[in-house]
Amino acid sequence: MNVAAPGAARSITDVGDAWPTLEQVWNTLTLRAGFNTTSVVLGTSLLGVAAGVVGVFALLRKRSLTADALSHATLPGIALAFILVALAGGAGRSVPVLLLGGAASGILGVLVIQGLIRHTRLTEDAAIGVVLSVFFGAGVVLLSIIQSMRTGGQGGLRTFIYGQTAAITRQDAVLMGALALVAIVLAALLFKELTAVCFDDAFAQVSGFSVGLIDLLMMGLIVMVTIGGMQAVGLILVVAMLIIPPAAARFWSERLSVVIVVSALIGGASGYLGSAVSALLPRKPAGAVIVLTAGMIFLLSLLAAPSRGVIAWAARRARLRLRISSEHVLEALFDAEHTREQLPAARRALGLGTSLIVPILLRARGLAQREAGRLVLTEAGRREGARISRNHRLWEQYLVSYAHVAPSHVDWSVDQVEHVLGADQVRELESALRARGVPVPAGATS
Amino acid sequence: MSAADRAFEAAPVAARPAQREAPLVGPESRPEHSAQSPLSVHAVTVAYHRKPVLWDVDYDAPARALIAVVGPNGAGKSTLIKACLGLVPRATGRIWFWGRPYEAVRHRVGYMPQRESVDWDFPVSALDVVCMGRYRRIGWCLPVTSRHRRAALGCLERVGMAELAGRQIGALSGGQQQRVFLARALAQEADLYFMDEPLAGVDAATERAIIDVLRDLRQRGCTVVCVHHDLQTVPEYFDHVLMLNMRVVAAGAVGEVFTRENLHKTYGGRLTLLDQASEAVARAQRGE
Repeated sequence: MNVAAPGAARSITDVGDAWPTLEQVWNTLTLRAGFNTTSVVLGTSLLGVAAGVVGVFALLRKRSLTADALSHATLPGIALAFILVALAGGAGRSVPVLLLGGAASGILGVLVIQGLIRHTRLTEDAAIGVVLSVFFGAGVVLLSIIQSMRTGGQGGLRTFIYGQTAAITRQDAVLMGALALVAIVLAALLFKELTAVCFDDAFAQVSGFSVGLIDLLMMGLIVMVTIGGMQAVGLILVVAMLIIPPAAARFWSERLSVVIVVSALIGGASGYLGSAVSALLPRKPAGAVIVLTAGMIFLLSLLAAPSRGVIAWAARRARLRLRISSEHVLEALFDAEHTREQLPAARRALGLGTSLIVPILLRARGLAQREAGRLVLTEAGRREGARISRNHRLWEQYLVSYAHVAPSHVDWSVDQVEHVLGADQVRELESALRARGVPVPAGATS
Repeated sequence: MSAADRAFEAAPVAARPAQREAPLVGPESRPEHSAQSPLSVHAVTVAYHRKPVLWDVDYDAPARALIAVVGPNGAGKSTLIKACLGLVPRATGRIWFWGRPYEAVRHRVGYMPQRESVDWDFPVSALDVVCMGRYRRIGWCLPVTSRHRRAALGCLERVGMAELAGRQIGALSGGQQQRVFLARALAQEADLYFMDEPLAGVDAATERAIIDVLRDLRQRGCTVVCVHHDLQTVPEYFDHVLMLNMRVVAAGAVGEVFTRENLHKTYGGRLTLLDQASEAVARAQRGE
């Protein structure tokens, strides 16, 4: 190896992975990179699907943070199981035993949270914070004890914290896949019950479904996913698999079944991509890669989803503003024709951006035209202006006559409300005013 | 036997005075209620964190009636309904339905909670929510079949919401959401309904639609117990009234017990409210 310059061989950004060839990348992504890698990638993808499905219910039941506490609370259980096996003269790192220990202490953590909420005045977030940090701290202490012991396989414990797919054996991958499958089947069977409890637990109880039992089953599903994902994603980040795919999927649909399918796809895709990358670059933490993949999909969903996305929302707001501005201008033009006033009111009603766009819009819709450098109403525009002006007057009258609003306040609330009055409401206002003998402004449309 | 039942069984023995006088409160102070009443509340006390919310409540609901439960904020109106449905534990007392405990007649009792009790951003359609009223009939782990979906759609039709069946519930107006909740209660096909403020915050059209449905239920022989906040409409909408302020102030036919005096007892000094109500009382007494 030729060293070009002393000290340049290892910079701090060099984590020591050789870049894989294109062929290796292709083989891994198409599941042809050897039996071991393939089973790990498949197992992790399946686990992503299970987390996506279970996570939707955790999110809707507002239990995402409880799941976070659960995953952190597994650490002391894992460490304790390791110590017990080592003391009994075992091989130390037996994955099923470690996972069992983790599940036990995770469940204990959740029970402690529920006990704290029920029997003390602690709120849920405080109880979760206390349990999460205390259990995790206990786990870290136990890990330091293990480091001082003279047993083999200690290095493997670290993969439980950050996740590393390269360290997973084929048997572990099968175990992971099996846990994921069981969780998916159970969630499908309990779809109706989980939905009922998430939406309205009191009504589910009255309907004869035990809310306590269903919550327990849901917690069981979360435990399965957490334990299953621990090796691949690591216990710190495994909860992200439960939270991010459902949160992203919620942007795409208003139907629960679709949300669940989309969430499962996002979870599966991030598990697949993340574990493949981690298989190619063995020293990259798999959990972080998986979570970042899911995070990218979340960001995309947040921005680009059709009706709940930020872009669609901004477009809707812009359209509404333009419509309101157009109506302001039409009304002002109409009033100006009748009162022979000029247009400063219309100008004032518009911002700089809309004052450029609104005249173009009105002309495009055939409501106004340009004559001698000034905007003038067409016949259609005059009718529309009359309608808006009339609604405006009706509403003013209504507020003055009925709501006992101070007349000086009438105008500023009217500006918003007139744009949402429908034909029915206008008719109702007219008859209400006539009934009280209030003169109704003459309208051009009725 | 639940803890509450045990408490009820044990209490009279422990509390019985030596000279065998009838106690002033508690189950022994009154004779048993009619076994045929759809709802018989007997000496029920409910406490949250050791602070009583309902105190020694006794009530027999008549069959085939619309019953209003009225009282000021914090009077325990919702708590009474939840205690009847077993949603909050009661410290003492017994609640029977047609002479039997709740567990035996669960399928004959329907519930419509307050609209604010759920998250309306939940990704389900109006029809999905109404189908939840059928879950009890469908049972554990079985899917919602088209037969149940048709029944649910029929319930939406009864509240005038069939065209909006596929709409996500968050996109409905407050009144429409209230109608969806009513339709879900109808889908339970019960004989006795508990409704928590079904007319709170709804538009006039929804109020008429809901009242029509309630009258139709009475026609079919059902009993409906409604927590109600608008005293002015009590005489028009309801047959019976239960006036509650932690204890029962008065209960009976609207024409007999919904009086100015009882309203004063129930609401204390809140006079503005009472002035409005007394107008309605006067109208009712004139038989309008």
